[in-house]
Amino acid sequence: MIASTSSRTFTRSLLGCSSCASPRRTLLPPLPHLAISSTRLAIGGPHQSRSSSSSGPAGMPTVATSSLLSTTREAALHTHGLRWRDDESIHPPTKDPDGNIVPGSVPTFVEPSAEDLISVDQGGRETKKMNLYQAVRDAMAITLSKDSSSVVFGEDVNFGGVFRCTMGLADEFGSERVFNTPLTEQGIAGFGIGLATMGKTAVAEIQFADYIFPAFDQIVNEAAKYRFRSGDQYNVGSLTFRSPCMAVGHGGLYHSQSPEAYFLQAAGLKVVIPRSPIQAKGLLLSAIRDPNPVIFFEPKILYRSCVEQVPVSDYQLPLSSAEILQEGSDLTIISYGPPLYTIEGALHLLANPSEDIQSLVPRDLRGLKVELIDLRTIMPYDIETVVNSVNKTGRCIVVHEAGKMGGVGSELAAEIQQRCFLKLEAPVQRVTGWDTPFGMIYEKMYLPDQVRVLDSIIETMRY
Amino acid sequence: MLSRASQVRVLASVARTTPRAPRTAARQSDARSDAASLSLSYTKALFSTSRSSHLFPLTYLSHSPVFLDKVASPDSSGVIPAFRLLDGQGHVLPEVPEEWKKQLEEVPEETWVKLYKSMMFLPALDTILASSQRQGRISFYMTSYGEEGVVVGSAAAWSPTDEVFAQYREVGVLVWRDYPLSDLMAQVFSTVSDKASKGRQMPVHYGSPAHHFHTISSPLGTQIPQAAGAAYSLKLSPERKGDCVICYMGEGATSEGDFHAGFNMASVLGGPVVFFVRNNGFAISTPAAQQYKGDGIAARGPGYGIETVRVDGNDPLAVYLASKEARRRAVEGQKPVLVEAMSYRVGHHSTSDDSSAYRSTDDVSSIKKLDSPLFRLRSYLEARNLWSSELEEATKVEQRKSILRAYAGADKEKKPAWEEMFGGVYGDREDGGLERHLKEQKMEVKRLIGKWGESDMWKKDLERHDGGIEAVKKW
Repeated sequence: MIASTSSRTFTRSLLGCSSCASPRRTLLPPLPHLAISSTRLAIGGPHQSRSSSSSGPAGMPTVATSSLLSTTREAALHTHGLRWRDDESIHPPTKDPDGNIVPGSVPTFVEPSAEDLISVDQGGRETKKMNLYQAVRDAMAITLSKDSSSVVFGEDVNFGGVFRCTMGLADEFGSERVFNTPLTEQGIAGFGIGLATMGKTAVAEIQFADYIFPAFDQIVNEAAKYRFRSGDQYNVGSLTFRSPCMAVGHGGLYHSQSPEAYFLQAAGLKVVIPRSPIQAKGLLLSAIRDPNPVIFFEPKILYRSCVEQVPVSDYQLPLSSAEILQEGSDLTIISYGPPLYTIEGALHLLANPSEDIQSLVPRDLRGLKVELIDLRTIMPYDIETVVNSVNKTGRCIVVHEAGKMGGVGSELAAEIQQRCFLKLEAPVQRVTGWDTPFGMIYEKMYLPDQVRVLDSIIETMRY
Repeated sequence: MLSRASQVRVLASVARTTPRAPRTAARQSDARSDAASLSLSYTKALFSTSRSSHLFPLTYLSHSPVFLDKVASPDSSGVIPAFRLLDGQGHVLPEVPEEWKKQLEEVPEETWVKLYKSMMFLPALDTILASSQRQGRISFYMTSYGEEGVVVGSAAAWSPTDEVFAQYREVGVLVWRDYPLSDLMAQVFSTVSDKASKGRQMPVHYGSPAHHFHTISSPLGTQIPQAAGAAYSLKLSPERKGDCVICYMGEGATSEGDFHAGFNMASVLGGPVVFFVRNNGFAISTPAAQQYKGDGIAARGPGYGIETVRVDGNDPLAVYLASKEARRRAVEGQKPVLVEAMSYRVGHHSTSDDSSAYRSTDDVSSIKKLDSPLFRLRSYLEARNLWSSELEEATKVEQRKSILRAYAGADKEKKPAWEEMFGGVYGDREDGGLERHLKEQKMEVKRLIGKWGESDMWKKDLERHDGGIEAVKKW
């Protein structure tokens, strides 16, 4: 590790751009492109016959067996869009009174290079098997160790958190920096704003996304508008809310919600939802360091079930950037969070329908080339990637757990309609939760499952 | 932590003693000595101290239920007294202990004079700006009439680097901190020079990092948990040792959930903060009697384990000294302290309000006549030969002149460039630009103005802003 770091530093100094703002490559030749970086879902491919660990026809991928996940060190180190963050400080660039960026204060990002892939013994980057809560914890541990002004707080975070995301952090960094608050969401949000406006890096936890609403006023009226209303004199850019979200199997009304669309109108706020441990760590570190208040919703069903090799170093993944998980030319499917794995299952059913549904799955669709997009940042979202894809495929489905009316799908469908009007060959479909509260024992039919996604694919293609 | 066995022993020993006597006696004698150090009979203040150990929820046991409906106070009247030094005529009350008289004398004379001048400045400013609202030159205004002593008296007690979170009727703090009058006018008139909000917020929503005055926002009570967070930040920042957070609010705002959240968080998590409640009797039309049933706001402080004092808000000397003491305790204890200042909102709630619809003008004018903080302080200063009618007149003329000068300057200025409508929503991207969707919407505005800008529907409005239509065309 040491050897590698110094050689990277040496490369940087050779290039003379240790304070350069733009991402850059080292002098080493680029790696041969790995198949996993752009086309991760090889539908119908031989490796798809892995046995499934849960319900569904044999061979149907689940979160445990998903090909969306990076199970090898090589794949993890070549996560699309990953940039290493090797400097010690995480503060955003400082500006002089004239608004110019002070040289040397710019964060140094490093593009992944061939030397990352050499063995760990020889100084290559290390990865570690982590589930999603461990990856989230790792991101917070990096923040706490690199940024002395950072604090982590919320209900029950001191003992490790009800989902273990803050395990051991209080022991490691002290109870003054990792602490419990009284049970008050509006208080937690306001308290975080107060910390952030004083220059502290505040990582606040709302125990369940369902309970973020008491803090709605502080988040929407205060945090989101803080910079704008003060003529840029004050801001709460160093504030991040983390909150477990979405269905978990038996969460009922108040342990299942996906409230992301409620924040779509809160100009000034960012909303991010990861799909996996690598994504969670990289996006959370970006969220914490972004100069804006960010709500980071963590799909709680993935906390333990979703396991990847995760780079141990400090790295970031870009916000407001969607990721194409699989390239295709016939149909675009856009989603975020756990439904991505549902879609993977639906695509498996489409390619290999089990006997009972073969008559319902048209033979000519079995080789369908689907482009699958993970939106990742809900706000401000990456419309370019979406539009480029739909202009290519002419058809689009949006999938999310939240209800349909006024959901993220509505926003995307409207934008796609406006920007891809002449290219669209079918109406934009929304496969979402129903516009009901989240009834506990109705979860199976409430959520967009593999069958509903499959049906939507067939209907869209048959339009 | 005590072991289970020793907890039981403690419980048993507490249960054996007469239920209330020992603790109540201790509390009362402590409270008495606290109170004695502040004042006697008529002029009283109570700094209560939380001393519960929280080993278990019950602090003592009783064999019959004890119902309480009042806060215990030294004279057992059940009402927390207000700390007062001056009578309505501005004479130091005869009952005031020597200690407090001495403290009054120790305050530098120029502090009292500056305090009075700053208090005078408020009605001068308010009269001009409220009437300019009536003439339609500004869209909105809120006066400080009647609360000059509350706001400036407390402002004088803070250190200049104390972080202030205000509600909206605390411009006196900025006046005390010598906030440039031109900046103040720029905010109220939303001119191109408005640093506080770049024309984005309504008038009186001031803010200035240079004056450690956090930008005001309209939602009530939101600043209270924010102040708790800021106080915690100070606690973690060795370089800010000795500084304090000051959080102002009206008695109406204390009914918001954020009040409870903020007080509880500040108390549990610590950090130096003075919560300062301006209890002026009204929240718009709602009298305090319809706001709460308890003994005002001060009575709530001890419930949160927060040291509390109530003060006569029309007595600027008492406000100043009590605030100073509250601040000292907050900083030394790295904890919250509550001050409730009792006063009366003499003016309307805002320029959008006619208070004669819900209270008699006679009441207002009799209070103005009988109990004016300005009159009280002026008499006190005159008795000490620190002020005179000549000084009064000269200061009035000088203040009015400077206000009118700044007013005329701001009235002539352009509004901020249209570009500011899109700025500051998000922090700069790495490429220094706007977020994608805002850039697109900004270009849409450019297109629209390019096409329709010269029409009668838009032209006049567009040209009022810095750079006008031409600046937009260059986007």
